[in-house]
Amino acid sequence: MKIDPYKCVACGNCVPVCPMGAIHIDPAIGRATVNQDECVECFACYRGMSKEHLNPVMVRTIRRVAKLFRFRFDPEPDICPTDAIVPQELTWPRIVRRAFSDPQVPHESTGIHGRGTAEVKTNDVTNRVKEGEAGFVVEFGRPGVGARFRDIQQVTAALAHLGVEFEKNNPVTSLMTDPSRGLIREEILDEKILSAIVEIKTKLERVPSVLKEIRRLSRQVDTVISIGVSTRCDAEGNDPLREILEREGYPTYRGKTNLGLGRVTFSLSEINEHS
Amino acid sequence: MTNTLHRYSEHYAFEPVPNPEPIQDDYIVFAMSSRGINDDNLVEKYRAFLRLALKHKPVNIGDATKGGMIRPRQDMNPIAHWKRDDNLDPEQVIAGIDGHTTVAAVFDNYQAMKDFVEELRTTDLGISINISAPIDEAQRCCRESGISRHSVEYSVGFRGRLEKLPDATTLELSTMCGHGMLSANFARKMLEWVKEDRRTPEEAARYMARFCICGVFNIARAERIIKRACNLKS
Repeated sequence: MKIDPYKCVACGNCVPVCPMGAIHIDPAIGRATVNQDECVECFACYRGMSKEHLNPVMVRTIRRVAKLFRFRFDPEPDICPTDAIVPQELTWPRIVRRAFSDPQVPHESTGIHGRGTAEVKTNDVTNRVKEGEAGFVVEFGRPGVGARFRDIQQVTAALAHLGVEFEKNNPVTSLMTDPSRGLIREEILDEKILSAIVEIKTKLERVPSVLKEIRRLSRQVDTVISIGVSTRCDAEGNDPLREILEREGYPTYRGKTNLGLGRVTFSLSEINEHS
Repeated sequence: MTNTLHRYSEHYAFEPVPNPEPIQDDYIVFAMSSRGINDDNLVEKYRAFLRLALKHKPVNIGDATKGGMIRPRQDMNPIAHWKRDDNLDPEQVIAGIDGHTTVAAVFDNYQAMKDFVEELRTTDLGISINISAPIDEAQRCCRESGISRHSVEYSVGFRGRLEKLPDATTLELSTMCGHGMLSANFARKMLEWVKEDRRTPEEAARYMARFCICGVFNIARAERIIKRACNLKS
């Protein structure tokens, strides 16, 4: 993302809006500037702020006069008065920043919006995670810290060493050169993104050891990690996972519950044709 | 995407909090179809889902590709600084659905969520329906509605460089947009503005809600959090 210096009036509204804190007012030019290394191309500033399309010269003049008299104008905090925020054309490898940061960009690998797959949200029709299995959703950079692929690779390489299975349709997996070793494409390792989700699947009995390894690895990376673990319930709606997690001392207060109300509405031949 | 899974509360505090307050004003029900499995007539199914939700007075509804009931606008004029259009518009959400997405309804009380789920069960839309909420409350809702849970996913918290995260109140607000579009700095600024009496909690909550791209930001809960943090009466 860039800020057009001819339009920017240095009102500062965009500064706190950036989830990465990548925007500041440069005193040398008196305009807002984006730190390109920290910007993750999430489009929160461009899309989240309302726009007024005012004349920049007029706005600067009014602001200068107000400042002279120490008047404080109390503007709406989520408006860019002159439409100065401008998306830039992204090329490889920087383009992965937007793919993992802007939720309105669907991943080519999954076809869905967001940074992972549908996980167990559609498990009632996909049966992705079966009884006796656990699905892990390990999200790097969330909440609001961001992550670089080099840190993610450090964890995926160690997890691969444990022999876990990476979800094939996951966007991070699609960027691996060697999923069996958890290695990610070299040219994107220094790219920063808002967050990326690594999805793995194991047998339920391996949940404690995998979580222990993720905990150990989380101390070695320069970001935060949010962890989710899922499983399929039995016919009565009971799940054995909670007991395992609580025994290991993990919080289980919040979660997602798939109600099992989805059903296959296409015939098998139609599904085969579609796939 | 796990956009509603990791909403911060005292239950996930980095230093354990004795007897954390139960969360009783944040229940999300969302629907998702699967390509080539049950995505026939999906626009109609999603619209039906949201129309049913509106009967139970959600505090927000959203389409993950377009936004929620309150959105930024590209055509503002300077009058907005004195007279901002803060109205919540559910019809723009329903009208905007045009294909694959996830649709969600956010409720600030258990009964509304449960009534909605019961209606979904009898309506039988055929798409996957999930509750994102305290897991015991979701289980209770299933039991009372005669639903057997299919799958569960637990948030087991945050790890790593936790010192990079903001304070608990800011996290409670900013994690209500799981995609991370609501920055911690902006949430903190809104808290400060309410403390300085420059804006009301209602206005501050709406500014934040505009950044949430999928409409799962709980506007009513945000107001309560801001009031609590600023020692204002609920």
